[in-house]
Amino acid sequence: MYRVATDRKGTDLVFMLESDRQASELADIQGRLVLLKVGILLLIALLGLRLWQLQIRDGHDYQEMAKDNRTRSIMLEPARGLLYDRQGQLLANNIPSFNLYVSLEDVKDREALVGELTRLLSFSHKNLLDTFSGQSRKARVKIKGGLSLKEAAIVESHRYTLPGVFIQPEYQRNYPLGVYASHLIGYVGEISEAKLKEEEYQGLHQGSVVGQYGVERTYDQALRGVSGQELLEVDAHGHRKQSIAVHKPSAGDDLYLTIDIRLQQMAEDLLGEEAGAVVAIDPRSGAVLILASRPTFDPTALSSGLPMSEWQALLHDPRHPLTNRTIQGQYPPGSTFKIVMAAAVLGSQTAQAADHFFCPGGFKFGRRTYRDWKRGGHGSVELIAALAQSCDVYFYKVGNRMGIETIASYSKQFGLGQKTGIDLPSERSGLVPSGAWKKRVKGEPWYPGETISVSIGQGFMTVTPIQMAQVVAATAMNGRVFPPRLVRAIRKRGTGKMEDVPLPPSRQLPISHEVFVQIREGLEAVVTKGTARRSQSSLVAIAGKTGTAQVVALRSGPAKDIPKEFRDHAWFVAYAPAKNPTIAIVVLAEHMGHGGSAAAPLAKQLIEAHIRFTTDIPEDSAQKQGGQSLSHDHLAISTHE
Amino acid sequence: MLRRGFDGFDWCFFGVVLGILGVGILSIYSVTPANPSQGIPIYLKQSMWVCIGALAFIATAGIDYHKLARFSYIFYGIGLVLLVVVLVAGKSSRGSQRWIPLGPLAIQPSELIKIPLIMALATYYGMKHRIGWLQRLVFPGIIVLPGFLLILKQPDLGSSLSFLSIYVVLLLSVGVKSRAFGLVVLTALLLFPFAWGGVWGSLHGYQQERILSFVDPNYDPGGKGYHGLQSRIAIGSGQLVGTGLYGGTQTQFKFLPEGHTDFVFAVFAEEWGFLGVVVLLAMYGGLFLMGLEIASKARDTLGALLAIGVVSMIAFGFVVNIAMTVGLAPIVGIPLPLMSYGGSATIMTLAALGLLLNVKRRRLTLS
Repeated sequence: MYRVATDRKGTDLVFMLESDRQASELADIQGRLVLLKVGILLLIALLGLRLWQLQIRDGHDYQEMAKDNRTRSIMLEPARGLLYDRQGQLLANNIPSFNLYVSLEDVKDREALVGELTRLLSFSHKNLLDTFSGQSRKARVKIKGGLSLKEAAIVESHRYTLPGVFIQPEYQRNYPLGVYASHLIGYVGEISEAKLKEEEYQGLHQGSVVGQYGVERTYDQALRGVSGQELLEVDAHGHRKQSIAVHKPSAGDDLYLTIDIRLQQMAEDLLGEEAGAVVAIDPRSGAVLILASRPTFDPTALSSGLPMSEWQALLHDPRHPLTNRTIQGQYPPGSTFKIVMAAAVLGSQTAQAADHFFCPGGFKFGRRTYRDWKRGGHGSVELIAALAQSCDVYFYKVGNRMGIETIASYSKQFGLGQKTGIDLPSERSGLVPSGAWKKRVKGEPWYPGETISVSIGQGFMTVTPIQMAQVVAATAMNGRVFPPRLVRAIRKRGTGKMEDVPLPPSRQLPISHEVFVQIREGLEAVVTKGTARRSQSSLVAIAGKTGTAQVVALRSGPAKDIPKEFRDHAWFVAYAPAKNPTIAIVVLAEHMGHGGSAAAPLAKQLIEAHIRFTTDIPEDSAQKQGGQSLSHDHLAISTHE
Repeated sequence: MLRRGFDGFDWCFFGVVLGILGVGILSIYSVTPANPSQGIPIYLKQSMWVCIGALAFIATAGIDYHKLARFSYIFYGIGLVLLVVVLVAGKSSRGSQRWIPLGPLAIQPSELIKIPLIMALATYYGMKHRIGWLQRLVFPGIIVLPGFLLILKQPDLGSSLSFLSIYVVLLLSVGVKSRAFGLVVLTALLLFPFAWGGVWGSLHGYQQERILSFVDPNYDPGGKGYHGLQSRIAIGSGQLVGTGLYGGTQTQFKFLPEGHTDFVFAVFAEEWGFLGVVVLLAMYGGLFLMGLEIASKARDTLGALLAIGVVSMIAFGFVVNIAMTVGLAPIVGIPLPLMSYGGSATIMTLAALGLLLNVKRRRLTLS
């Protein structure tokens, strides 16, 4: 350009100067380009360095994070073991249920999700937020169990506005018999925080379902099975892409109980709306045939998670439906205790069976007269008559003669004052009072007058129905005690093999055979000619003992005038057949008064049913007479035993 | 004047550009769902934009840039009008108003106006000798300012910064008298993405969010650095050799947001690893060096400044976009030139490259 300009004429000089300047400016600009080149290359090098850092130096960590991003592990809950009665009747199974879960990891905006859930399904906004707030960032939270078909359809059709929400088909524990046998079967529920830390519950996780009560609780480890796990790939919205790996859960073992559910249902129906307990055991093995407690609860409802208000109502129900009266109810044994007393009299040689004691209708001791239930007295009685007629004065006298320590010693030999060890949680031990006990607990010496009350099963003495069942069973077996048990066999799901549950060791009471011969003769007389004549059966010879446990020391006027909660508890303990016993039974009816009238007929019906079931005797006309239940008022008799 | 045929340099230039475009379409292809619910898959759309861009390339390469420069201010004026139209009648998307709907399509004036800006500034500096800081700094500043403000108003922080960067680089190339000023601006520009990170990091989270959501409501929807993290995970998990096409879980399972637009580099880095990344960086680097080579051999100031403007525009988008995806700069929403999906940006970038070739092909003229 410079040259072009110089070839031209002078008039171009100004342009030439301008052009000259431009040329030098271009040279300037082009000279500075080096800086720009270096700058760009430096920036690219810097980016390259950063990429080396991300991909090479930390690449492995980021790969792990990518894996973490896309994989979710889902617990696969095992099917819980099934429960059967001794005949193979199903007592507990599992039905499929659709549960709603939220995987918090996939929820970016909790408020929005909660809003959406509240809008679509009937959730409480605040409750839902509270449920989430306590959880870890990666937790999977079950927010609703047992979805209805409609609810499931709503969730599925809103998948894209409900990130992280998914439906998991799981098992729901079901008890096909409804409320029957609920105390012994128990119920299940989600494991508590506290239990998760215990040794017994190792390997479980939050949300695991475990047995909370009854056999479900005692045999939980066998029943629960082993959880499985599924590894899933999910996309950024938490939607499942594919399954990577599955470890199948293994189902729990099945239990075969010793219970005869036919007898169990019959016993519960006979108790009806009344509070009470029935225990029957096979004295030859300790196998429990009936373990009925009323009032009761619905284990299926409890297992699916009751709303807090209903749970509170159940807990505070004045009739205590959650209490298993057979092992937790502690009652004065009343006259049923005379069986133990009879063993103590003969065993300690306080008196001979043939020794006669005179009963004038009362026993004067110190300044007080202890009355017999029969105003006019029984006259001169020996042991068998005293048992048959339930003569109080006879036992006042022998009790006073042998003293509280002997009574306590024999009571304990029969297993009173201690748990029977039945395979159920929360058994109570009852109370056998003694001098040492009173000193320790009350800080007072034992008064001889208190011995007299204990002699007829009143005072401080308390027992549970299962303990009394063990006493009768031991008597029926001439002193051999088989601890009660509920589970006969376990079928392992892994192998399909049935394994018998080993019998707990039996023990022999250190009381001679002759003593039991005498007592059993007395107990047979109770039914043939004594206080339990109403329970005499044409089908089988029954031996038993009635009892009436005083609730308050109040005895004036006819029983109907006494408020129900102050009325006596009715006891009847029995075994049958008298000569070769196959069943020992205890009936306790709370506030039903006389054992002979309120409790004995129930026991008779159950015994007859048992005999029919085990010997295939057809139900004939002779058995139809006693088909009443406790719901009818039996308090026709106002006299004591 | 115009030499027939292409020389080795040209073929090399075409090769690099086509290489980057191909890699871009491949990455977009791998993000495309297997069975798109409706319409044409986006990788095909992008291919279409590339074809249209090729036509624009031929046009801007063919017509002598001196002739084009005569219309520089008119082009720029039209661009400003379009920016006003966007503000008045534009289409809103995720809180900002950037597009003018045109039938089934939409044009993005903030992208298209970048070439008129380069042309206008180059024409301003190239046609007459500008002396003193008033003529060199302030007057061109007045040219830039309305466009810058209109884009910022949309709001589109990324594009407005890109707009500004063109002005700054051209200004520095022409040179201002005060060396100190030049040094300050240059340093600031060089350190911009990184310094921002440092200053930015010292602010509280809510302050950052407040500022960013003011400037760019598009910033990190979903919140709390999720996008940046997912991008880094995608890139990092590519490791040395990458996961292969369709092999990246970050991309395939949609953990990576905007895989076809702003984060297309992360898709590429996940699938092709550090090796692929090095090749890609080399291609871009080569492209920039070739562009600056054209500038250094330009016949006149106008040509040189046009070339510098084009290179600085593309380089700015490249550096800031990658700095953003690797976590060195805040996520401001700048597409990766030649790779990110987008009609206006692709056509505009290719037209700018045509301008670059235009300058090159007219350097060896005899008088």
